[in-house]
Amino acid sequence: MTYSVEIKQLDLAFGAVKVLQGLDLNINEGEFLVLLGSSGCGKSTLLNCIAGLLEITDGQIYIKGENVTWAEPSERGIGMVFQSYALYPQMTVKGNLSFGLKNAKVPKDEIEKRVARAAEILQIGPLLDRKPGALSGGQRQRVAIGRALVRDVDVFLFDEPLSNLDAKLRVDLRVELKRLHNQLENTMIYVTHDQIEAMTLADRIAIMKGGQIMQLASPDEIYNRPRNLYVADFIGSPSMNFIEGHLEGGSFKVDDMVLPMDGYDFAAPQTADRPATIGIRPEHVVTGELVPNAPLQFTVDVDLVEPMGSDTLVYAKLGQHPFRIRMDGQAKVTVGETIAIGVDPSRASLFDKATEDRL
Amino acid sequence: MAVTDTGQTGAGAKKPSPLFKNLTAKIAAIPMIMTALVVFIGCTLWTIYHSFTKSRLLPAPEKWVGLENYERLWSENRWIVSIENLAIYGACSLILSLTIGFILAALLDRKIRFENTIRTIILYPFALSFVVTGLVWQWILNPQLGLQNVVRSWGWETFTFDPINNADIVIYGILIAGIWQGSGFVMVLLLAGMRGIDEDVWKASRVEGIPAWKTYIFIVIPMMRPVFVTALVIISAGIIKVYDLVVAQTSGGPGIASEVPAKYVIEKMFTSQNLGLGFAASTMMLLSVLVVLIPWAYLEFGGKKNG
Repeated sequence: MTYSVEIKQLDLAFGAVKVLQGLDLNINEGEFLVLLGSSGCGKSTLLNCIAGLLEITDGQIYIKGENVTWAEPSERGIGMVFQSYALYPQMTVKGNLSFGLKNAKVPKDEIEKRVARAAEILQIGPLLDRKPGALSGGQRQRVAIGRALVRDVDVFLFDEPLSNLDAKLRVDLRVELKRLHNQLENTMIYVTHDQIEAMTLADRIAIMKGGQIMQLASPDEIYNRPRNLYVADFIGSPSMNFIEGHLEGGSFKVDDMVLPMDGYDFAAPQTADRPATIGIRPEHVVTGELVPNAPLQFTVDVDLVEPMGSDTLVYAKLGQHPFRIRMDGQAKVTVGETIAIGVDPSRASLFDKATEDRL
Repeated sequence: MAVTDTGQTGAGAKKPSPLFKNLTAKIAAIPMIMTALVVFIGCTLWTIYHSFTKSRLLPAPEKWVGLENYERLWSENRWIVSIENLAIYGACSLILSLTIGFILAALLDRKIRFENTIRTIILYPFALSFVVTGLVWQWILNPQLGLQNVVRSWGWETFTFDPINNADIVIYGILIAGIWQGSGFVMVLLLAGMRGIDEDVWKASRVEGIPAWKTYIFIVIPMMRPVFVTALVIISAGIIKVYDLVVAQTSGGPGIASEVPAKYVIEKMFTSQNLGLGFAASTMMLLSVLVVLIPWAYLEFGGKKNG
């Protein structure tokens, strides 16, 4: 089977600084892949390598089974959308959409057809004769997407396309992007630092750190079974609670507490005892009348309460360990109160303390 | 806090007069406003008025002679030559320094090595005064000392390149010096403008397969319009007032072949002591600037709708 995009042993170095090292990545036909990571992790760099805007140091890139490692960006069959829109300000929207095609000597009626189609899909028909300066941010980004669309390519590359938009527009355009992907069924590679965008849009997410892919999996897998401590900490807001302790005979021990890890899906049979870190998501902690049904029950002292409308975020202390709990928005909790909580070990994550990998 | 006396009590009882809003800023601006009014506009009007008189020396309340000075001015061959020279020098200088400056800037913009060094070298002539530039190029273009002599000594015995000795082409000799001095500055201006252009625009045009020269012409240059306007204004001002370069390089010679209007004005006013005629000439220069400026300003600021 040929992949839509195939990256083999990609190296990229700027002088002595190695930005990407031995990176392998296969992207399926029609897949929506999100490259997620904090700034400086190499995600945009990787996207620019795929686009051909950066010359790689070593390795190979295939698009649709064709080796494009040294091909010009325009010959790779890609369309790209940028964070800053990168529209041509002196041209009308129509000019922006058609300039590249005219340059590629596409016949006039074909250009008209493609522009009309893109305008219809993105609902920018009424804007065609305006200049980018007269458009809102969301409209500009739609035009930028249109410019990639008219190229009639197999692979779309998005470089943080929604980061310059305000919060509400970002949500709207995110939904539109998802709809667009369902409609076009193209391969899309999308760079972002926003985990909500990643979780909502992606078929698979590649979490990057220091030029390497930490985990490449479906959003569900990444959320529920993070492969290491970094991924576990990065995904989820508020982030996971971590408590360091020991794994002994299938139980997690911390201070004088013992948490039998019954129902936890170990990656490999546990033979030796070892120092470990347990991770529990704040939203996986139950409170109130649900507590008696939980396999493990504790009491915590409430430190601080942050009501957020839909949820209430409670900062508490479990023994001496800080512990965040996400409760219902209507929950009545006061500072200084002691409340009962329940935890299900099958939803927790255990990590080796030394290697930080999932156990 | 300034409050106008309206007979009412209480400082906040009445909205303060807009005249006193930002009072400190207004006071601070007074010297410059006065300078503009008195020196620029006042002296311009004074000059125009006296160009219609027989004034010969300062101070000069003299007999009104109507258009006599202008008639005399336009009958003088020297003035006609000056105007022609300015037209040639101006058109060529404008086009060439913008073109050369832009090409240099575009070359430097390709992320080359030693960019700072090269930029400094190219900008260096701009640090020289026109007098020095004029003298240097006088030497370089001198047939006995400069370029022609060097090439002949290499063996091309018939090589001739003597613009400053040839009345037909002497203005081009001045042009070379002017461009040598000015294009570095244009380059730096345009380079700054180029650097202000979002790198993503370049990336987008590369992804679309638009060649670099097309990106420059159809995307980058239109985006640099404000910088071009600035460069244009600075170059034009330099062209109109060109004087010291000519004085240093050719003194207007051979004969009157490289005369320019600014030199004519200075000489009429201070050497020939014919203030009226000098003023008439400078009024003509003002007029020629306005002829260019007014339609441009109208286009630029009048129909502001097509942004």
